Amino acid sequence: MGLAKRIIPCLDVDNGRVVKGVNFVDIRDAGDPVEIAMRYNEQGADEVCFLDITASSDGRETTVHTVEQIAEHVFIPLTVGGGIRSVEDIRTMLNAGADKVSINTAAIHNPELVRESALRFGSQCIVVAIDAKRVDDVDGQPRWEIFTHGGRKPTGIDAVGWAVRMAELGAGEILLTSMDRDGTRNGFELGVTRAITDAVEIPVIASGGVGTLDHLVDGIALGGADAVLAASIFHFGEFTVPQAKAYMAERGIEVRR
Amino acid sequence: MSGMVAVIDYGMGNLHSVASALQYVGADKVVVTHDAQLIRQADRVVFPGVGAIRDCMSEIRRLKCDELLAQALTTQHVPVLAICVGLQALMDRSEENGGVDCLGIIPGEVRFFGNPLTDAAGQRLKVPHMGWNEVRQHRAHPLWAGIPDMTRFYFVHSYYVHAVDRGLLAGSVEYGVSADAALARDNLFAVQFHPEKSADAGLTLLKNFLHWNGQC
Repeated sequence: MGLAKRIIPCLDVDNGRVVKGVNFVDIRDAGDPVEIAMRYNEQGADEVCFLDITASSDGRETTVHTVEQIAEHVFIPLTVGGGIRSVEDIRTMLNAGADKVSINTAAIHNPELVRESALRFGSQCIVVAIDAKRVDDVDGQPRWEIFTHGGRKPTGIDAVGWAVRMAELGAGEILLTSMDRDGTRNGFELGVTRAITDAVEIPVIASGGVGTLDHLVDGIALGGADAVLAASIFHFGEFTVPQAKAYMAERGIEVRR
Repeated sequence: MSGMVAVIDYGMGNLHSVASALQYVGADKVVVTHDAQLIRQADRVVFPGVGAIRDCMSEIRRLKCDELLAQALTTQHVPVLAICVGLQALMDRSEENGGVDCLGIIPGEVRFFGNPLTDAAGQRLKVPHMGWNEVRQHRAHPLWAGIPDMTRFYFVHSYYVHAVDRGLLAGSVEYGVSADAALARDNLFAVQFHPEKSADAGLTLLKNFLHWNGQC
């Protein structure tokens, strides 16, 4: 026995409201991120991820307030991502009660942000999010490239090499999302998951494409991920976190129960 | 009655989650401070810490939090709970940041987990040690009340503590090596994991701390 693999429900939040449907039977307000985070906490989620998709800058105030509220009621780790651009943004979220902050596009524009923030706040709270898409070599060898703007804009950056570089700069964890799979419910892209988990020493969270409990198992057993992130299978009430953990445990994966 | 709990703030990272968890489990009053006056009046003291040890140690010394802590432990003799880097800072020395002298309150050192690190079956282990791991309780202690042996707590660290006096060991965690997860001595209880992030188990420990009379 040892360290448990983690299950991390993810909330997409716009202007302080959860935007993907959340379908708990006895919930009062399906859009309230605080109530939903508390529900996942009660279910035994190992962490909660809060992805801020608020476009407007005044919406950021709302986000900070929501993070504060969650931190006052939920005593498991909380990762906040979306729109983090500077050391100041990171400080704001950590002060609001986030335990980790996830950096995505800003790391591509300014990799030094990862080094600077890891030095300032510690690697343990710096998560680098990577959105990868498969772009095979001419000889058909699988390769994955980082895309921005929701998977529309290629960057030419190799995802595996980038993960290694981010770890060297001080990232404490990688949040890997397959843009080919995100929203498809066809399962994680296991090739890139395996390639990155093998390449770095830091933990990797697999994300994008979960549609069944077998997908969660595969992400860990085949992809080598340390944690699995999912939104819709939990939000729509198809499965609870305890069901997912029971299923994983039956297949020999160590989980916290 | 918990009385006033002072969370010592030496400017390294967010202490709100520790404070709100203490409030959540019923602390009468929680102050997050490095004000000497307030800490001297406290009925309990929490010594937290996140981030790199060199910066932590320099701020602890600059703000004289080392003296305040020593005073809480001896003169005031109030219950003290150290968390994560707060535990590491109590030791003699840490390997982090090329080697840093710590407070020397508990003899022992802080070591790197090592790279590569493997478990007993030869499986590679990631560093930092991040997530929920089982804590083996090495002795009964008021802070373990209501917490079964081998309960999982949330850890996040790349360096681990090894105390010289193995009699102080209250809890350990296996991660390639056997690391000290909790040390107990008189009115001091020090943990490597984050009780404020360890859901019900962590909240139980914090509640126990609020009711602890400092004897063990």
